[in-house]
This record gives sequence, structure tokens and C-alpha cells, in this order.
Amino acid sequence: MTETAGTTGQENRVMDFSDDEVIIGLEIHCQLDTLTKLFCGCSTDYRDDGPNTHVCPICLGLPGSLPRVNRKAIEYALRVAKALNCTIIEESEFARKNYFYPDLNKGFQITQYDRPLAVRGYLDIEGDDGEKRVRITRVHVEEDPGRLVHKGGADRAKYTLVDYNRAGIPLIEIVTEPDIRSPKEARKFLNKLRATLEYLGVFDSEKEGSLRVDANISIQPKGWFTREGKGKADRGRAEVKNISSYKGVEKALTFEVTRQKNALRRGQRLGTETRHFVETRGITTSSRSKEMEQDYRYFPEPDLRPLQVCSWAEEIVLPELPDARRARFLTQYGCSPIHARTLTGDLRVAEFYEHIATIDPVLAATWVADTLLGELNYRDMGVSRVSPESFRELIVLVKEGSVTDKGGVEVLRSLLDQIKESGSCETPGECVGRLGLRVLERTGETGADDDPVAKAAREVIAEQPQAVADFHAGKKEAFNFLVGQVMKKTRGRAKPADVNQVLSGILGKEG
Amino acid sequence: MPTLTFSPKDRYNAFITTLNEAGTGPGKLSGIGIAVKDNISTSGIPTTCASRILEGYIPPFDAHVVTLLKKAGAGIVGKTNMDEFGMGTTTENSAFGPTKNPADPSRVPGGSSGGSAAAIAAGMVRMALGTDTGGSIRCPAAFCGIVGHKPTYGRVSRYGLIAYANSLEQIGPMARTVSDISLLMEILTAYDPRDSTSINCPYAHTPDPDVHGLKIGVPEEYFGEGVDPRVASVVWEGISLLERKGAEIITCRMPSMAYALAAYYVTCTSEASSNLARFDGVRYGHPADTKLQWHESFQDRRRNGFGTEVKRRIMLGTFALSSGYYGKYYAKAQAARQQVRTDFLRLFRSVDVIAGPTMPTVAFRLGEKTDPLSMYLSDILTVPANLAGIPAISVPCGTSEGLPVGLQIMGPHFRDERVIDVAYAYELGVAR
Repeated sequence: MTETAGTTGQENRVMDFSDDEVIIGLEIHCQLDTLTKLFCGCSTDYRDDGPNTHVCPICLGLPGSLPRVNRKAIEYALRVAKALNCTIIEESEFARKNYFYPDLNKGFQITQYDRPLAVRGYLDIEGDDGEKRVRITRVHVEEDPGRLVHKGGADRAKYTLVDYNRAGIPLIEIVTEPDIRSPKEARKFLNKLRATLEYLGVFDSEKEGSLRVDANISIQPKGWFTREGKGKADRGRAEVKNISSYKGVEKALTFEVTRQKNALRRGQRLGTETRHFVETRGITTSSRSKEMEQDYRYFPEPDLRPLQVCSWAEEIVLPELPDARRARFLTQYGCSPIHARTLTGDLRVAEFYEHIATIDPVLAATWVADTLLGELNYRDMGVSRVSPESFRELIVLVKEGSVTDKGGVEVLRSLLDQIKESGSCETPGECVGRLGLRVLERTGETGADDDPVAKAAREVIAEQPQAVADFHAGKKEAFNFLVGQVMKKTRGRAKPADVNQVLSGILGKEG
Repeated sequence: MPTLTFSPKDRYNAFITTLNEAGTGPGKLSGIGIAVKDNISTSGIPTTCASRILEGYIPPFDAHVVTLLKKAGAGIVGKTNMDEFGMGTTTENSAFGPTKNPADPSRVPGGSSGGSAAAIAAGMVRMALGTDTGGSIRCPAAFCGIVGHKPTYGRVSRYGLIAYANSLEQIGPMARTVSDISLLMEILTAYDPRDSTSINCPYAHTPDPDVHGLKIGVPEEYFGEGVDPRVASVVWEGISLLERKGAEIITCRMPSMAYALAAYYVTCTSEASSNLARFDGVRYGHPADTKLQWHESFQDRRRNGFGTEVKRRIMLGTFALSSGYYGKYYAKAQAARQQVRTDFLRLFRSVDVIAGPTMPTVAFRLGEKTDPLSMYLSDILTVPANLAGIPAISVPCGTSEGLPVGLQIMGPHFRDERVIDVAYAYELGVAR
């Protein structure tokens, strides 16, 4: 395997790459969050259990066993197809994809081939240049294979074990048209797709291995993909297989853009090749194993009847989807467009926000979208770890002025650290008390001896003669500096308005 | 629970596994010992498909039909010999050696359910289960001189039947008499939602021998080229008997017969190539060699585990499904299959049943069919019913050269009752 493989020849002609376009199409596999497997009654909740504990004759592929379609899985897939604005095929069918691999229980995978469940849909996303539509080619249902476990790592293991717990978990495969124009746009598409699937209640993105992506990427002269551009030469492409995280997709594609641009600049002609994403190194490598080039000998699955499910699809009432919720957040809560987008981009966040929005929708939006998500992201935590009741109490403290914004952030950080460490945390009120962050209440008139803000202000003025002099010389910035120093001395517990008033009072008198 | 003892002398090598004691219970089959073809899963009893590759495999579950037999009080007394995975017409392709025909031990019993047919013909059991993908119940029934019925596709659950060609095969009853066939059909047709291709259509019927006014279609092709004239004349006599009983004989044509055999072999080998992919030594059977790379170990296991005919069919099917050939073979076979179906549906608009010989000849001598193609050709009269999914029975109708000949009666979908009635009428007519 080599990182620059896949170049099949030299081009002597000097090419102009200033007007290039990145063309990306995605093939996404998501585990449907059903209770039981696609073709048997085994539970799908296998992640915390020992190997081969969620298996039966059907998902082990024992001779004589027969598959039986889980109606729920088809309903879930239909919800997805509908939400992606697809046409449901009148009569679709399952097909066998034949290949040998130790994790494949029957020597074939039951999937769909030339008659998929649904075709021709779209998903609107916030693209690089504003709102854009990514077309969906097809949506189909298939079974997940088992999993290989290489004891001691893939390279050094003396033998490999097979775990069939995953075998038969329902997957949907969603294939897009090559409408995506940058790695970042690919990431945005995936985020929107994930949000949509979670709003539909058919997918749990927090389950390990619940999403896998194959990405097709090439760099072509602008307009190559349109009808007018069809005559121009195809510069070749790469299919990056089996990327298992959202971040990984953007990383792998960014690496590919650079790799392909460099190759083209050197005058190399890129062939069509399959590449593998090495997550730990953030690179892709050429995989030339024969496996990838094999003939799957698809044919209709003779053990299952064709699916005629248009009437099922008609009965499905879709829940509120991200776009509709975003529009509602704008009108109902008066959120800013950016906040509305952030808050509705993840079902859990949207629900979390709606839990606390009643206190003060705009304040809550700022705290959730700007502060909480940032702090969670920093700690690699999900919003589901935080109790909305606890967060609501914190917002109330901030709103009533018991703690400053800055103090509130400090409390939040402390609470998140506690959750991360032990799974639970004290109440925000307790935390404020323990950290001594309760806002300093003014106890007297400006300048009164026992007023803590005034005391801090006098100390700062005594410590910072230069700044005081600058202020009197007319430098406005010096005042802000002094405010900052007072805030620092009070550890953020003083209300900025109080500090302003006290400082200008004292400095004014001196002046 | 009362038990049944079973310790037969298996002179014809009809069984792969025999059980000396079998539990029985109350029910319609109470106390009856039944033999089961060894491609039907039996919990706790080795199920080999007559193949080395399944050596040591003991299913952890019963096939639906086995559950039904047990529930009806029958005792499972053994697992019968067969062509490996059902691939053959003679029961010579078995890892456990050929079964011999009790009517003439120098002859084959037919196949692939030859062990079941021989066990009945030799009087070892009263009834047995066979499976029929392209004639595997009817051929041995005809060759051994017993009755065998292939039910309408979907009437009997295939759950637990180790698949050879899923879209063609059905489990069915084999017995000495039509009445016993009918009795078994009552038991076997209980619905099983685990087989998505099965239909809830129970058989609750007592055979009725009245054939007055019944229209029997006789396709010219069933008496055409390749059919031994001596067999043809015996079968014609059988059909005439039904005419004397009041049935009306109508000769007809089935032009799609020209494609039936090719369509059958392309379809069954294609499906088999996929079905048999699971035998890799990873999960059951003789374990894979873990010292080798996985693909080498698979190759090793499959090279040594499968017999010649099985490997031939896997290769044929793999070829037929390959990209670039799919349209030429598999897709064409499905089109031809549709024509066979259409032909039958057309004929059944003017006739009630169709009759003809089950096999074009009497039983071959052991070792006679060395060329696979000539063996395939002998399936020509049985495969149309599988391609169309219609019910078909073979009932003994005399002898040629002293060997049994079978009369085949086919009916419309889900009219197993009618086919069994006509066979019953014939059986009674001969008896009188």
C-alpha cells in the first residue's frame, strides 16, 4: 500500500487547474435503531454484551434457516425515504450479494440491488454558497455482516475471532448524486442527514459503529459534470471506503483533495481506484486487494417475497424535521438565525433547549448554542450527559443576577468537569456557593467603606498609578483596563455596571 | 411417552442414520415410524445432506415439518440417503454410498430422495418425507413403485430444509398408498410464518375417486422424443383406465417444454452456488484449518468437503450469475420459466389436470449414467412442475421390463387435493 498510488501515467501537456471543481458523492450506511434484527427476533442491543450472545439459527446462517423481514425496519426505512423526498418503488425486492468472508454468515449478504426501496430524492443543506440541494439517488435496506476481532491488533494477531452479534442488524444505504463540492460541504450534508434521521426516531448516532460512509471524490474542470461539460476528459476518481466517523469523512476528503491536486499538478493521470481511510493517521491509502474488484453475482433473494409497501409509506406521518423546527424557533422563541440553526442541528440539543427556553428564550439560546455546546465539545461530551433541570437553574441564577455571565461560565465548567469525572454533579446553587461566585451586592453608597466593589476599586486605583494617570490624560482604554482589574480582583463577582459606576465615581472625585 | 423400536436390516443402504428408538405420541400419526430425508433438519440428530462437508453437524432445531410430524404422534426413525444436497437423479452421488432399488438391487432407486423411496419400497417404513426440486420425490417414487407427491410451491414450509434451489423445491410426502399421502398432507400443510414464501392453505381433504367428467390433458411432449415407447405405452394404459372411469382425455401441446430443462438447470445451479457458499468451516461442520489464511482454509474445506457433482453445479451456477453472463443465462432462464408457467395456466383453462409419464425410462442400472448431461435429460418430464410451482404426484401404474413405471398427474396451483383424487381413482381402479 502506498499513499501516492493510483496514478496510471504521465501527462506531458500543461494543464490549467485554476478553474477546478471538487466533485463528491457519498454512500452512507446507517444502522436502523430497531429493537430486533432485520430477519430474526434477536435483540439489537448487543454492544455491552459478550460475543455471539445475540444470535440464533437465522442470523448465524445455519443451514435450513430462513429470513423473515422485520416490518419495523421497513417502516423506518420508509420514513427515511419519505423525509428525503424519495419516490417509493411500487415493487422492490431483496437480492443476494455473493462473496466470501469469515464475518459473512451465509456466504452472501441480503441487500437490495436493481429494485431498491426508494429512488430520486433530495436533502437541502446549508452549502458552501448558501442553501443547496443534494440529490439522493437511492435508499435501500440491507443486513449488517458480523465483525472480526483480531486479538492483539490486526497486524500482530495470530488468529482472528468472529462475533456475529452484529450480523443481521438492519442498515439503510443512502446514495447521493455527485452534488457535493467540498469536504466541508460533505460534513454539513452528513450533519443534516444525521439530524434528520434522529428526528425521525430511526437512528442513534451515539451508538458506536452506527454510521459508515464510502465517499467518491474527483477533481474535474468546472462544469465537467454538467451536460455541456460531458465531452471533457474524465480525470479519474477515488472511492474512499468505510469511513466510520463524521469528522473522518471531512478529514479523508480533505486529504484526497490535496493528494489528487498534487498528482494532477505533477501531470499524473489518476485512474479509478479504491482507497482506504487510516483514521489514526488522517490519510488514505490505496487498497488493491482482489476483494474490492470482485463480481458479486447479484440475483433476487428467492427466500423473500418482493416488497409492495407504497401503502405503508402513505400511512406514515413524518414528525417535525430540522428545517421546520428551525423556522419555528425563529418565530416562537425569537432566536437569531444562527442560533436557530445550531439548536435544531441535533435533536437532543433542540429538545434540551426547548426544556429551558421558557425562562428567557433568547438568553437560553445564547447559553445553549454558544456556551454549553462549546464547553461540551471541548470535553468531548454529548448534551445528553447534562440534566436540563440543572442547566435551567443555572440560567435562572444568571437571569436574576445572582451570578454574572462570567461566573456562570465558571460554574458550568465546574459542573461539566464533575459530570465527566463521576457522572453526576452538585446543583448550580451549591457550586456558586462553593466557588464563592455569588454576585457582590453593593452595601452602601458609592465609595462607602464597607462596599466590597468600592473597596476593590480603591485597591486597584492604588496599585495602578500609571493607568490612572493615562485615564486622566484622556485615554479611554485605561478606564476599561481598570474595570478589568476590578473584575479580576472580585473574581468576576461584581456586576460590570456596578464597577463602572464605582470607578467613574472615585476617579471623577479625584479628577 | 411411548417409544417405537426400529432396528431394520438396511440391505439397500436406504438410511444414513437410523434411530433404534423413537418417541411417539397421540395424534393422527400416532405410533407410525417415519423416515426423513437427510436434508431436513432434525434437532439433535445429525443432518448431512449426504455430504462430507456437513460431517459432525447436529442441527439445534427441528424443521417445521419435523415439528409437525412429532406433534401428530409420529416417531422419526431415521434419516434417509440421497444425492448430495439433492443434486442427482439416482442417489449415487452420496458420500455414504449409493442406495439400491428394492425392486431390482442392480438398479438405482432414482433420486434424489432415493433413500426415502427405497425404505418404503422395502417395507422398512410406512411413509417418509422427501424433497423435490426437479423431480426428486416423483422420480424415486416412480423407479421404486411407490407414491410420491410434490406439493404446490408454498404449501409446505421449507423452514429447516437445507436449501438446494429455494425457488423450486418443496418438501413432500412419500408412501405406499395415496391415502397415506393424503394423510401426511393434512399434517404437513400447517402454516408456518417463518417461511415467507409459504402460504396459509391447509389441506383438509379425504380422497374422492370420482373422475366423472374430469378433463385430463395429455401433452404430446410427454410422449415425444427420449421417452421409452414401452414406458409410454404403460402410461397410456394407465390414462385409458381413467378414461374408462369417466374422465375425458384431451391431447394438448406444451411448446415451452423445449426450454424447460435449460431453464431449470440454470436456475437451480445459480441458487445452489449461493446457498452452498455458507459451508466454509467457520460455524459448523468440520472446522476450518486456522493455520491457513482464511481464503485458503475455505478453499481447502470446500475442495475436500463437496462431491464432484456438487462442485460441478456450484461452478455452473457461479458462471451463470457472473457479470456479463447474467442476462444471457439467469435472466433468460427466468423468462423461459415464465413461459412454462404461462403454458400451464393456459392448459388449465381447458383441462382439470395434466397426465403423462413421471420418468422417460425405468430405473437405470447402477453406474449406468456416467455422463452428467444424459442424467440431466432424464429430468425433462418432472422439472416443468417445479418451474411453474404446481402440484404433481407420481403413482405406480404397472411395469415395463419388470420394473415399476410411474404415472404423473399435475394440477393447478393449490389444487393438490384434485391431483391426489385422480391418483386415488387410479389406485382404486387398478386394485379392482
